[in-house]
Amino acid sequence: MHSMDSVTALPRPARKTSLSRQLSNFAFVGLSGVAAVLVLAPLCAIFGYLVYKGIGSINLEFLTNTPRPVGEAGGGMANAIVGSLIILGLGSLLGVPLGIGAGVYMAEFAGHRLVTVVRFVADVLNGIPSIVVGIAVYALVVLPQQHFSAFSGGVALGIMMIPTIARTTEEMLLMVPNTIREAALGLGIPQWRVTLQVTLRTASKGVITGAMLAFARVAGETAPLLFTAFGNQFWNFRPDQPTAALPLQIFSYAISPFDEWHRQAWAGALILIVLIVVAVTAVRIVTSRGTMQSNA
Amino acid sequence: MSFVPNPEFRPIARLNIPVSDGIEDKRPLPKEVSLPRIELHTSLFSRVMDVAFRYALVICAISVIAVMVFFFYELTSRSHLSIARFGFKFFTGETWDPVSGDFGAMPFIFGTLVSSLLALIMAVPLAVGVAVFITEMCPARLRATISFTVELLAAIPSVIYGLWGIFVLAPLLHSFVEPWLAQYFSWTGLFDGPAYGVGMLAAGIILAIMIVPIIASITREVLVAVPQSQREAALALGATRWEMVRLAVLRNARVGIMGAIILGLGRAIGETMAVTMLIGNRAEVSRSLFAPAYTMASVIANEFSEATDDLYLSALVEVGLVLLIVTVIVNALARLLVWSITGGRSARSNA
Repeated sequence: MHSMDSVTALPRPARKTSLSRQLSNFAFVGLSGVAAVLVLAPLCAIFGYLVYKGIGSINLEFLTNTPRPVGEAGGGMANAIVGSLIILGLGSLLGVPLGIGAGVYMAEFAGHRLVTVVRFVADVLNGIPSIVVGIAVYALVVLPQQHFSAFSGGVALGIMMIPTIARTTEEMLLMVPNTIREAALGLGIPQWRVTLQVTLRTASKGVITGAMLAFARVAGETAPLLFTAFGNQFWNFRPDQPTAALPLQIFSYAISPFDEWHRQAWAGALILIVLIVVAVTAVRIVTSRGTMQSNA
Repeated sequence: MSFVPNPEFRPIARLNIPVSDGIEDKRPLPKEVSLPRIELHTSLFSRVMDVAFRYALVICAISVIAVMVFFFYELTSRSHLSIARFGFKFFTGETWDPVSGDFGAMPFIFGTLVSSLLALIMAVPLAVGVAVFITEMCPARLRATISFTVELLAAIPSVIYGLWGIFVLAPLLHSFVEPWLAQYFSWTGLFDGPAYGVGMLAAGIILAIMIVPIIASITREVLVAVPQSQREAALALGATRWEMVRLAVLRNARVGIMGAIILGLGRAIGETMAVTMLIGNRAEVSRSLFAPAYTMASVIANEFSEATDDLYLSALVEVGLVLLIVTVIVNALARLLVWSITGGRSARSNA
């Protein structure tokens, strides 16, 4: 992207371009612009609808109550919002340390054969359907425990966070200049302290944003929670019991035949998307500031 | 030279290299010291920590591989009942009858393939178009905004796409698009029968919307990796912008774009929630795109927690195993193609 503008600034050759070539060029430029508009249109449509349908249903009652039985107006998704946060918290406990550890390994031991393998597996793991993760965690945690739980949901989301965090951590650490590592090692500081207190610290902003990005990605995941966290109509704070989650609640309300529940599904979706967009935007702002500094 | 041990003074590191003071030191060096090695006088604690830290990192790294191995092991072992019972017939059988215990995954495989291909047909031209627009022609000021918006599209959860699909897209298809398609294109046989709104077409469209950002962002990475000199050379030869993109950019990047497309295919194959909400969930093989269908991911999502007997559960896990194997192959292939262009590192850092 950088030097593109300098290319366009070059003087055009004086020779005339034939009309048909000019026309096909014109058509192509137009079509790629149309493609951009067509891609952005659904985004606007989805956000517009979310705000339009959801904003009217978000109120104090929605944010502080549990779901009411069918036919009763009112009620809310407070337990689902809190449940989501519990599950995401448990997932982060598993996914963040493992992901950062794997990322640090890939960056600091670059060149080892294992690094290429881990990087490749992480990328492939990123593409595995979330529903498959759900089945595997069901077999690992739910079957032995004999019941659905927030803990199993956390394990599923945590596993899904690992590859994303590992790859971003690796990228961020590789951006730390080698001279900094060498300077620290030259002072006689042991390797583990160099990595933790110099390299990781230098890249901390990027690593944290990577973790937040992974968090935002799994925050909306529904499929892996279907048969792990399972959902719950009531409050639950115990990690070994079925727990409500915002995406699950949106799903079950959306496919229900009741208008009142549809209304609440939109409201829940709006809250979910606001949480995610805030996280993604924050990440974007911080990382773009970071690259600007590194370019300067 | 030697240090007098001083309890007050603890050097972090000690250089055993003679200090150069102009006079050559003729004294034999102590045997245990090999020059010009730096002898670190780190505490035992630090040395133990170094080893421990290293092993901790290796464990984290291996956990990534372990997760993958664990997926395969768990799904294979839990589906052996179904594999032993149905064998290869599992993939060709068209009946899915939990009551009589007869399971064939053909309708799900069909649904997954058709909905994913439908999505690719719609998404690829758009995604490549957007990527070309972002890297090659849009004004620098718009560039960041558009690529950020595409990123946002990728961040919307599947369940929200599904919600929007049920209440906005499906009614739209039902009352406008499908009657129009039936009127003018019913001769193809693809647009026959009653238009419900939900069905294969709706699932294909929502999948297309969902995979455009993935294909577009990776295509963009690949396009950025094409050397600038290639563009300059094409322009210098008098190429128009379109000719420059076609000859210098797309041709150089085609392997990577192929990778991006395959990656999008992988995502479409495994996509669960939005498709479950829109495809109609009927295990039938139909030629018409209006008809309800079923995918591998949706059948797991809908029936897994209801599956009571072992064979039923095992058959569903086998569907999951098929999904796992297909997506691993697809993703591995795609990554290799993309890596061959970008060299394994994301282009984000230089974008």
